Amino acid sequence: MIRALGWVLRRDLLLAFRRRGDVVNALVFFVIVVSLFPLGVGPEASQLRNMAPGVLWVAALLACMLSLARLFAPDHQDGTLEQMLLAGEPLVVLVMGKVLSHWLMSGLPLVLIAPLLGLQFDLPADALVVLCVSLLIGTPVLSLIGAVGAALTLGVRGSGVLVALLVLPLFVPVLIFGAGSVGATAAGTGAEAHLLLLGGFLALALVLAPWASAAALRIAME
Amino acid sequence: MLEARRLECTRGDRRLFSDLSFSLNGGQLLRVAGANGSGKTSLLRIMCGLVSPSAGELRWQGRPIRAEREEYSRNLVFIGHLNALKDDLTALENLQIAAALGGMPADSGRMLSGLDRFGVAHCAELPAKVLSQGQRRRVALARLALTPAVPLWILDEPFSALDVGAVVELERLLASHLASGGMVVLTTHQEVQVVAHAILRVDLDLHSAALQAA
Repeated sequence: MIRALGWVLRRDLLLAFRRRGDVVNALVFFVIVVSLFPLGVGPEASQLRNMAPGVLWVAALLACMLSLARLFAPDHQDGTLEQMLLAGEPLVVLVMGKVLSHWLMSGLPLVLIAPLLGLQFDLPADALVVLCVSLLIGTPVLSLIGAVGAALTLGVRGSGVLVALLVLPLFVPVLIFGAGSVGATAAGTGAEAHLLLLGGFLALALVLAPWASAAALRIAME
Repeated sequence: MLEARRLECTRGDRRLFSDLSFSLNGGQLLRVAGANGSGKTSLLRIMCGLVSPSAGELRWQGRPIRAEREEYSRNLVFIGHLNALKDDLTALENLQIAAALGGMPADSGRMLSGLDRFGVAHCAELPAKVLSQGQRRRVALARLALTPAVPLWILDEPFSALDVGAVVELERLLASHLASGGMVVLTTHQEVQVVAHAILRVDLDLHSAALQAA
């Protein structure tokens, strides 16, 4: 089982490496969207500091969603998804491998670059740390929930828009507590409660999302 | 033993075939015949467990395949009309991943011998996107050479895009699989030159809904 997960992970990372452009695109999108706000709103430090958590989190959410269309659809088109369903390994494990590689390719780069972007908004050091931690806990939740949406809309016409409609409402709690944790640190009330709740979401998504995605994939294959 | 009991397949509101029963034992080859659109691919997908039949059931060694999906999957190799190759991976990598997911050892020596069997060993390090249609088919079929121990082979139009040499090689491979007690299900428009204990034939045209209404 672990071996199969390793192979799926290896396969998807190799594919992502061969198509580096896709990974870079999402990251550049994130950087540009976040950078547009200070330019558009103006250089007033207190205003920027107030809006920073929301802007960074919304941009991360959208960047994460950009790559969801590529999670299952290419495999569906070339028939490799069929083979995964027939692999003789639990489909849940293979889905976990795919979600993990999606996060490594789309979530983790955002976590790493976010503190740098936070500087544009004059965020203090402790808020930058909390921003990183909240993204580290929150982006895997986005990948997990996104996988369910991507699996449900597999093979449907106009699936790109449909994924957004399905998944964005489910991202709302993550957004609220993710941005809230950074805001709370800046306000000096401490971010622990927010981060614990984010951790709770992650645990819940880890338990439910792979099963839901696997079931949706089976339905999509019918 | 694979046994089908009164299978029926409905796509949308069109009934493709119904009341289809057969049983397939070790050493037997089942050739699914029928006109275009008669449901050959649908039948094969039902036999893989990818699609559930709208009525009837399939039994593997006496047990319904839905009950033990993963166990059943380990007992079959399916090569569909899509070759299941990733364009950005090399032929060798594609084959390794397919073998690994099928629970086979994935060392490159074995993979190369499989590719060699179908005359595509020289393409091993090329990305699949630069291969010709026939070469891609050969790489997909090379999986069969690696999985002789898997009893049930389900092949959708395996001979399409192959040249004469590859057709002969595939027929030889099928014959040796059947001789060692394996089972083969395939759809093809060509006549198959395979020596087998028995070649069964299911003609979907005889099970089509239109005929039964008449």
